[in-house]
Amino acid sequence: MRKIRVLIAKPGLDGHDRGAKVVARGLRDAGMEVIYTGLHQTPEQVVQAAIQEDVDVIGASILSGAHMTLLPMIRDLLKEKNANDILFIAGGIIPERDMAELKERGVVDEIFTPGTPIEAIAAWIREHVKV
Amino acid sequence: MKVVTEQATLEEIRSKRMEWEEKYRRECCDRQPVFTTVSGVPIKSLYTPEDVANLDYLRDLGFPGEYPFTRGVYRNMHRGRLWTMRQFSGFATARETNERYKFLLARGQTGLSVAFDFPTLYGYDSDHPRARGEVGRCGVAVSSLADMETLFDGIPLDQVSTSMTINGPAAVLWAMYIATAEKQGVPAHKLRGTIQNDILKEYIAQKSWIFPPEPSMRLIVDTFEYGAKYVPLWNTISISGYHIREAGATAVQELAFTLADGFAYVEAGIARGLDVDEFAPRLSFFFNSHMDFFEEIAKFRAARRIWARYMKEKYGAKNPRSWLLRFHTQTAGCSLTAQQPENNIVRTAFEALAAVLGGTQSLHTNSMDEVLALPTEKAVTIALRTQQIIAHETGVVNTIDPLAGSYFVEALTNQMEAEAEEYFRKIEQLGGVIPAIEAGFFQQEIADAAYRYQQAVDKKERIIVGVNEYVDPDEKLDIEILYIDPKVEEEQVARLQRLRRERDNEQVERRLAALKDAARGTENLMPYILDAVRVYATLGEIIQVLKDVFGEYRERPIF
Repeated sequence: MRKIRVLIAKPGLDGHDRGAKVVARGLRDAGMEVIYTGLHQTPEQVVQAAIQEDVDVIGASILSGAHMTLLPMIRDLLKEKNANDILFIAGGIIPERDMAELKERGVVDEIFTPGTPIEAIAAWIREHVKV
Repeated sequence: MKVVTEQATLEEIRSKRMEWEEKYRRECCDRQPVFTTVSGVPIKSLYTPEDVANLDYLRDLGFPGEYPFTRGVYRNMHRGRLWTMRQFSGFATARETNERYKFLLARGQTGLSVAFDFPTLYGYDSDHPRARGEVGRCGVAVSSLADMETLFDGIPLDQVSTSMTINGPAAVLWAMYIATAEKQGVPAHKLRGTIQNDILKEYIAQKSWIFPPEPSMRLIVDTFEYGAKYVPLWNTISISGYHIREAGATAVQELAFTLADGFAYVEAGIARGLDVDEFAPRLSFFFNSHMDFFEEIAKFRAARRIWARYMKEKYGAKNPRSWLLRFHTQTAGCSLTAQQPENNIVRTAFEALAAVLGGTQSLHTNSMDEVLALPTEKAVTIALRTQQIIAHETGVVNTIDPLAGSYFVEALTNQMEAEAEEYFRKIEQLGGVIPAIEAGFFQQEIADAAYRYQQAVDKKERIIVGVNEYVDPDEKLDIEILYIDPKVEEEQVARLQRLRRERDNEQVERRLAALKDAARGTENLMPYILDAVRVYATLGEIIQVLKDVFGEYRERPIF
């Protein structure tokens, strides 16, 4: 049974990587194949890595407030590169009203806010990845 | 402690204690098998004179303002001068932030602290492609001297002290501050403040580096040298544990890694040929104050004692001011919750109290909404009032280091010092801080600690009120959140582009070229950076010149 492949990405200049690393490790312990991009990724780099690594999910972590710029850019690139079947989830510091807008516009498939247990993220992924 | 009462010897106490423990085992059922600090350190049910049997008051504690400073760095501590109430602050553009500084000063804040946005932290101008969407969101955008002048418009720089949280491009922002003061007619030798300027912890935790370690250390020692000569009242570095802790480190890791970084800076200064007493008195520190009340207090006390001993005995500093570990504290951002944010007011109050009891010189208290956004005026006012209430209503400042002599606190202080020493050995074995960074040692320790913590929370072994217990399923956020208008970026970019048109570009080119030449050599770069800044070379332009010479750091990501 092929392992679910996840790319954990840090788009933009945001240097807060504690959450991304903890989630990456948690998903790995939950049996998924996890690639962590490291910091300071442009949207182009994120999408390129996702395609190259043939992942099922991109998880973007962003605490810098730049989410309304960077997350839509990633979604647009996924569409452009015919990679729009990759699930795209986000976490970090995203105010409620922005969360609503991002989900309504179809920019992200789900957002996981601070305090979410790792297993909840793993469960959502298992449920939504088309095997 | 050798002040045990005449009536009871240690043996008698031990024997009674063992009887008590026997009854405890037979009669009592504790709520959980082990009680640990937030760092995971197991704590006993009781501490007695046995736990401090080897404590020597004069050797290990002493008096405030006297070696080894365990009880405080100044003779009269907060009785003489309260800690500086210094709220970290900055958002949108210099104009908005200037207004917030005036707001805070009017409400009793006693020192300024600048939070820059991410592009500025990385040395990018507000109109750099990488700055898109990031301008003014996490802090104030400062791309040139013009922005710095606006930031301090109407704030006389000889009447305030200012801390600037800036690392990779610290020398440049410092130069902008100095140049702003010049324009106000305030000479550099009157300026009081701090630049964070601690690159080692960037590689370890905060991650806002630009250049590789060697040129970064060169720039830092340049600031030590320049400061010692021309800006003597300025702390040219704030050796930080805050970010190390926020990244997931335990209290001992925070303590040990911070002090190890400190030793590395001392060694770098000495290697440059500086006399340790020339620059050491202006080294300052910055610690986290997290939720475990007593662990934090013990940490601060251990920090002072360790630093004093190393500075005196290992580095041979003769000036007692070189032995002082003076520090700023910020309450732990990572302890705050997005759920039921008003609870954060309470968390911050306890953390602030620990910092005061731990003898801090300066304090930032987090606002309740900082998990969600930058603070609103209302939230930051409550945070400031928290400090003022501690200072004026609780009575804890009436006496110095009131917890000294507590069997628990002294035992914990000793324990933290001993565990820090173990880390110093490990770091030494790896060849020092920079080799340890390159080996990913600190980063792995921190990632492991962060993961352990998350597992404990997810398993409800550690309760976080409102998050994994006492959850409000119908919770609706009903506090106002600060939003940054996207127009801020447009306006900042327009302003910057106008600046570039209106300045003397020939001069800018010449001074950037001179800086590049100097960067290739070994001269102190501060004068060259100041020259460039004065003619409105932008932050990005200056940093690009330095990147061309020094290169850029690339991290090997581990998790």
